[in-house]
Amino acid sequence: MLIKLAGGTVYDPAHQVDGKVMDIYVRDGRIVERPRDGETISKEYDLRGKVVMAGAIDMHTHIGGGKVNIARMMLPEDHRGDPVAHSELCGAGCGHAAPSTLTTGYRYAEMGYTAGFEPALLPANARQSHLEMGDTPIIDKGGYAMLGSDDLLLRMLAAKQDQNAINDYVAWTLHATQAIGIKVVNPGGISAFKFNQRSLDLDENNPFYQVTPRDILKVLSRAVHELGVPHPLHVHGNNLGVPGNVETTLKTMGAVEGFPVHLTHIQFHSYGTEGDRKFSSGAAAIAEALNKYKNVSADVGQILFNQTVTCSGDNMVQHRNAGHGSPRKSVIMDIECDAGCGVVPFKYKDQNFVNALQWAIGLEIFLLTDDPWRIFLTTDHPNGAPFTSYPHLIKLLMDKSFRNETFARLNLDAQAMSTLNSIDREYSLYEIAIMTRAGAAKLVGLHDRGHLGAGAGADITVYTNDADREKMFAKPDYVFKDGELVVKDGQVVKVTWGHTHTVKPEFDRGIEKEIKKYFDSYHTMNMEHFKISSEEIAEGGRGGVVVQECKGRREKTA
Amino acid sequence: MEKFAQSTGLRTRPAEAHTFDTVTCPGCGLLCDDLLIKRDVESKLQVVDKGCAKSIAFFERPQETISPRIAGQPADLQSAIKKAAEILRNANQPLIAGLGTEVLGMRAIMGVADRAGATLDHMNSNGTIRNTLVVQNSGWQICTLTEVRNRVDLLLIVGTDVVSLFPRFFERNVWNTESMFGQETASREVVYLGGRNIDTAPGISPKGVQPTVLPCDLERLPEVTAALRALVAGKKLYAQEVAGIAISDLEKLAARLHAAKYSVVAWSAAALNFPHAELTVQNITELVVHLNNTTRSSGQPLGGSEGDMSANQVSTWISGYPVRNSFMRTYPEYDPHHFSAAQLITTGEADALLWVSTFNPEHLPLPIKAPTVIIGHANMKPAIEPDVFIPVGTPGIDHKGTMFRSDSVVSLPLSKLRESPLPSLAEVFTAIQAAL
Repeated sequence: MLIKLAGGTVYDPAHQVDGKVMDIYVRDGRIVERPRDGETISKEYDLRGKVVMAGAIDMHTHIGGGKVNIARMMLPEDHRGDPVAHSELCGAGCGHAAPSTLTTGYRYAEMGYTAGFEPALLPANARQSHLEMGDTPIIDKGGYAMLGSDDLLLRMLAAKQDQNAINDYVAWTLHATQAIGIKVVNPGGISAFKFNQRSLDLDENNPFYQVTPRDILKVLSRAVHELGVPHPLHVHGNNLGVPGNVETTLKTMGAVEGFPVHLTHIQFHSYGTEGDRKFSSGAAAIAEALNKYKNVSADVGQILFNQTVTCSGDNMVQHRNAGHGSPRKSVIMDIECDAGCGVVPFKYKDQNFVNALQWAIGLEIFLLTDDPWRIFLTTDHPNGAPFTSYPHLIKLLMDKSFRNETFARLNLDAQAMSTLNSIDREYSLYEIAIMTRAGAAKLVGLHDRGHLGAGAGADITVYTNDADREKMFAKPDYVFKDGELVVKDGQVVKVTWGHTHTVKPEFDRGIEKEIKKYFDSYHTMNMEHFKISSEEIAEGGRGGVVVQECKGRREKTA
Repeated sequence: MEKFAQSTGLRTRPAEAHTFDTVTCPGCGLLCDDLLIKRDVESKLQVVDKGCAKSIAFFERPQETISPRIAGQPADLQSAIKKAAEILRNANQPLIAGLGTEVLGMRAIMGVADRAGATLDHMNSNGTIRNTLVVQNSGWQICTLTEVRNRVDLLLIVGTDVVSLFPRFFERNVWNTESMFGQETASREVVYLGGRNIDTAPGISPKGVQPTVLPCDLERLPEVTAALRALVAGKKLYAQEVAGIAISDLEKLAARLHAAKYSVVAWSAAALNFPHAELTVQNITELVVHLNNTTRSSGQPLGGSEGDMSANQVSTWISGYPVRNSFMRTYPEYDPHHFSAAQLITTGEADALLWVSTFNPEHLPLPIKAPTVIIGHANMKPAIEPDVFIPVGTPGIDHKGTMFRSDSVVSLPLSKLRESPLPSLAEVFTAIQAAL
């Protein structure tokens, strides 16, 4: 089966292709250089005048796992506003802030996205994350396993175990939870909250373990690097949402001592304390640091105005913010001596000073950060806004006059505190393709995705070039997933099940003795049952597990 | 389907004897996964170690292998599935209830419900909905079992003895010998609030310390929990007693909760069987929220039997709503009152019933004057013969599965312990969907 995508204008930053008219050939789900001699073309798509990119990749989106399902359960009132009837092809569900799994898959695909990564896969809840992602059709997925407030790591640090032991435990966790990366949320802070500590700064000790967030960041970023895991340690820092946290964030960049690190939803960590209301933008300082530290990348976590729901592993912060919930309700949980979670519905309002300034801070970070390979387009779905608002966000980045018109309607005090309308930058299609495709694939470690070179999985999105970028990115003409046409004119035409991407770094399995002892002594679950098999993930005809290569494995620490 | 068509109605082949360790038990919501189970050559199972009344009843139930029936007559599986699909197709408002299944079974049920426009209700909904309403109205602050096991210093139990529903709760989560944070677990304190003549012996500490017991009639718990919530919030009460409990005793309890470093307040929504018990649950959960202004405390909603947590979780991620929900208008809707199976049967709104109970043969459907399909445990003995009966394997014995625990966070794999000629519920529902 050979498909020819003929004459489209291609944006493929992984191969420095910036708007070149070219043909793309797809054989059996993979992109190939050219047809074999005498090979017949089964199907040709005339893409003259169309924009062609790889399928988009959301590198941070809460689409599967306990807290997302709690959010769904908590908000029937939100779901009632967006019912989704079944069609001949698609199952029923509902949308908006925390959409049902089927609807999530369809809507991502209908926007030209072909992969999404759950950033807070609690090891103790990883099976649920994979079950939910397994019921999310079409797109590929994967998860970042959360460590850093789990009692086993903290015990190892308190006992001053060496880096190699930590590396082995981190690798074991990646295998057991079928994850592709490691995330740390409020390092040590979720554990500290269980001991009734209400905030934790970078150099403050966890009250029980006498271990600081800095210690945790240092060993985990190093472990991920030494194991050769492509995705750098994914960090949700301390002090999320706290005015003045820009200082913590800048210090966090230095705390990893040069090891690669990804700071997630950095908008929520870029607040100063200037002005009458002691809340100001730290975007300039953050962007300057991002421009300087080449080992640091970030995604923005842009907020957009409307009802949404915040779901986080950071129960310390979510407990603090529970009173701001709208509607006012919250679920706060301590989970399995492993992690925690907090779910708080939230409504961002454009006439609210803080919310309006948060909006501007996010955009300032996007526009002041030079290297699109190290800054990523997210709303931290659904925390800043649901993922369905991405086309609107892309328009804000690509269209200065639209951005300034929107800015001019915001809370006036917030406008006075932002430099946004003095920034002229407009993102190009090439830069959008970096952020949402080539850069994202490189960051996550998807070696065969996010690009259009020979050998890549044929995840391809075709748009009609439209000056209204929101319109353009909301409704692609065609989306191909592994070479199959899954979306036409913004509508699902075929339902497939995507792959689950993982990494399986080598490690010394001797560590399992210690882990088993820990489980047997303290847990309510057998260690073997904690592990998720590849068969479980593929159960019921779902897409199977893909193991991405850990290309950069380093020598053991001396 | 062929493999089932050939095998139904046959006796299980003699098996080799085998011993399984670390077996997960779906006999209650704790999902203890440390059981040692022996299988003999006739495929009979015996719980050898870490058993309890629930697990023995579950695993050692004599195995009956019977064929599907249509109108009381033995039938092959394919015909039974065809007939079940026909009943669903001909119904305007089909009801799929019972829902005693695990994750993979529920996933298959969701597909059928969507295509058939069915309404969904679980046999335990009267209990679980008391909790769901609280989550949807105010939320709550809770923890999972391993946190209880390692952190609890004061355990307050409201309206239940715990052990008649969850036999090994104390053994595994309260009187465990090792805990992570240097606590001497034997000095943990236990308080029972509400209920009459309940078995409080499991609350006696290994050192022989008696639990505090503050009994009252269950239906007086709304007042008692409201009073305790008020006292925890620092309000002064002028009454001397409530439901026979001295206010001074409740004041002492409030003081102990404030002084505790990590109290856990447990309840079983199933046991709070009186009108508007969701408000009592909310008194409990808001009391916990208040305690967290100064110290740490977590609620502990106990449930998870008959797959209620599994059904709720799967229903929520696929449809956006927990049960009771419905696909009758081609999109999901949720109504915890209107979509009650009992009500839809009583009012005659449901014009076909598919009843599911795979763990337990004793859970039978309410009588209904409409076509009925029972898909469940092979030992089921319905008082009224249904139009179609399809026996299926038991998850955790006859086939693998996945199940959510009481805390609705941890899910565990269920094992296959013997060969069975019976299909799994997921297989039957997948076939029904194909036949729709």
